[in-house]
Amino acid sequence: MAVAAATGTGLGCGAKTPWRFLTVDEARTLAALCDQIIPPDEDPGAAWAGVVNYIDRQLCGPLEELRGSYRAGIIAVEQSSRVLYGAAFADLKADQQTELMTQMEQGRAPAEAWKEIPSQRFFDLLVDHTMQGFYGDPRHGGNREGACWKMLGIPYPPIRGRLHFDVNNK
Amino acid sequence: MALKHVNAVVVGAGAGGGVVAKELASAGLSVVLLERGKWATPFDDLKDDLRNQRTTVLGNAFGPEEDRNPRVFVDERGHEQVVKPSSGAYNNNAACVGGGTLSYGAMAWRFMEKDFRMRSTYGTVEGSTLDDWPISYQDLEPYYEKAEWEIGVSGDDSNNIFKAPRKRPLPMPPLPPNREYEILKPAAQRLGFHPFDIPMLRNSVPYNGRAACMRCRWCVGFACEVNAKNGTQNTAIPAALATGNCELRTECIVKEILTDEQGRVRGVAYFDSRPRLEEQTADLVVVSGSANESARLLLNSKSRMFPNGLGNRYDWVGRNLQGHAYTGAVGLFDFECYDDLGPGAGIAICDFSHGNKGLIGGGMLANEFIRLPYQFVRNWQPPGVPRWGLAHKQYVRQYYRRSIGVMGPVQEMPVFESRVEVDPQVKDYWGIPVARLSGHRHPNDQETAKLLSSKAQAWLKEAGAKTTWTFLPGLGLSGGQHQAGTCRMGDDPKTSVVDKFCRVHDLDNLYVVDGSVHVTNGGFNPVLTIMAIAYYASDNLVKSWRRS
Repeated sequence: MAVAAATGTGLGCGAKTPWRFLTVDEARTLAALCDQIIPPDEDPGAAWAGVVNYIDRQLCGPLEELRGSYRAGIIAVEQSSRVLYGAAFADLKADQQTELMTQMEQGRAPAEAWKEIPSQRFFDLLVDHTMQGFYGDPRHGGNREGACWKMLGIPYPPIRGRLHFDVNNK
Repeated sequence: MALKHVNAVVVGAGAGGGVVAKELASAGLSVVLLERGKWATPFDDLKDDLRNQRTTVLGNAFGPEEDRNPRVFVDERGHEQVVKPSSGAYNNNAACVGGGTLSYGAMAWRFMEKDFRMRSTYGTVEGSTLDDWPISYQDLEPYYEKAEWEIGVSGDDSNNIFKAPRKRPLPMPPLPPNREYEILKPAAQRLGFHPFDIPMLRNSVPYNGRAACMRCRWCVGFACEVNAKNGTQNTAIPAALATGNCELRTECIVKEILTDEQGRVRGVAYFDSRPRLEEQTADLVVVSGSANESARLLLNSKSRMFPNGLGNRYDWVGRNLQGHAYTGAVGLFDFECYDDLGPGAGIAICDFSHGNKGLIGGGMLANEFIRLPYQFVRNWQPPGVPRWGLAHKQYVRQYYRRSIGVMGPVQEMPVFESRVEVDPQVKDYWGIPVARLSGHRHPNDQETAKLLSSKAQAWLKEAGAKTTWTFLPGLGLSGGQHQAGTCRMGDDPKTSVVDKFCRVHDLDNLYVVDGSVHVTNGGFNPVLTIMAIAYYASDNLVKSWRRS
């Protein structure tokens, strides 16, 4: 269900992927990673909020220099997942996923997978972009329906002007 | 067709250049104001919390243009990299009409008297070029007042017993306090501090024909949608244009300052937006590009008489680059602190700006501007809380509305090795050698930061914070939006670039009027001082113009 929710309406260059840049498999791995960085609880998690859509869109824009890093990083995640648990990352149990991600964060992930890009570097990118996609403005593809604003209790839609707001009313 | 000769070219339409253009044009000089950026508006940022002057993860909103304006950054290990404007290492200000004043937080500080006599007050500092200014606070006082009334400042510093004396009060009252202010004020008073309302270049009431602040949550880093934030783009520059004596040309980048065989400046060569190389001749040139770019321009203006660039006979152009090391503390509370009422910052203390035992200088402390969600996540990571996963999400959800930050700018000890040069190889889109930045902070800055952050932490605890932590600056190169120092003011041409009237030593008709001339940079946001110096230098320039 996370995958279905994460599927965006991108302008893919063929029938094979709805994404602008990511393959369907890459998006699936990414959705599972992001959903451990910001998991769903009483509020939506990263995948529902469209973080994969955010990443996909920015990799075709201001973050296009990171395309190679994302490709290599996702391959490395899948390789590590098979070495450690014999399954694809998205099919792992939650504690297996977080264990692998912790190893990535600490530079202890299976070394043979991480020759193209250091695991800590890829992990940092994932955390940064997940935070941007979840807590940033929806116009960039994430923070679906202002999910983070509702979660944080910030007035939504965004207010301009204070005509009806009594600053003296406590 | 040659461009018509004018009396003055001003390079850079920011805090300094905007004021100079208006003063010269009002005095009857013909002025061409060149700005490499565009006339930016709120439509250029559209309240985008990932792309504005403060958060540049998806680019910066107010220039310079990302792909045409590289710099070279050399880190502490000597490792060089080519950097773009949206990266932190670039040490960007902005490039647009108004410069940083379009999108700043707009704190409007007068420096204190000791800030102009740091060496006389504290003695010399090993490893630093700490020195006195050749002018005093009293020299600038009337011009601080002029800036406050003409550009427009609101606030109330009457409770700041440490402030330098003022003759006239501020023209506008402070904005009504927000919840953070009301939480912090009694706590400061109980601790024996002297809290007051931060002076801000922001309309709190209708002023100068424009509206009062609408208290939105997107201030620092954004252009104001109701034009209540005061910068040179909505005050001095329109006034300059209205005289009929000033022409503003945007998207024009100056390549070099031209000199004649007698060693007099005769104008500038610049690329317009086509791009086409043009020559604008003038009787005098004022450089107001901000500390990085002004130094770069002087260094790139080489000739037979000035083989190392203008004003650079003794290798002081580009030296002593400084900014402000930020330090402070964050407090987490078990009650609501957030009321979505901008700009957010409102209360400050100067109890630790000077007179700190065993330390030199200090800095003001104030509550922080409103944190948009991504800024909160990025900047306020508590020690001991994971930076991802459910625990992190719970932290953000619980504390976004229950947190206050108190921080301030440490007055840095200038370092001669912190410098702007021009790169021998890398050139920008127009073929102009780019700025090459290198250097580091002085270790004293971290000691001062420890003291200031501990006071910020004590303040938050007294205000009821259940958890607090401090943050300290690193020792890397400092510049950024408060960049200053690279064309130092001084009486001795061997250890300075401009004289006490901002005129470049060695030349009759070249001036630098921006933060480059600061000898030291105070423990405050520098913009009001830059504006005051611009009024002061213009006053003297006009007087000497009329004499000649």
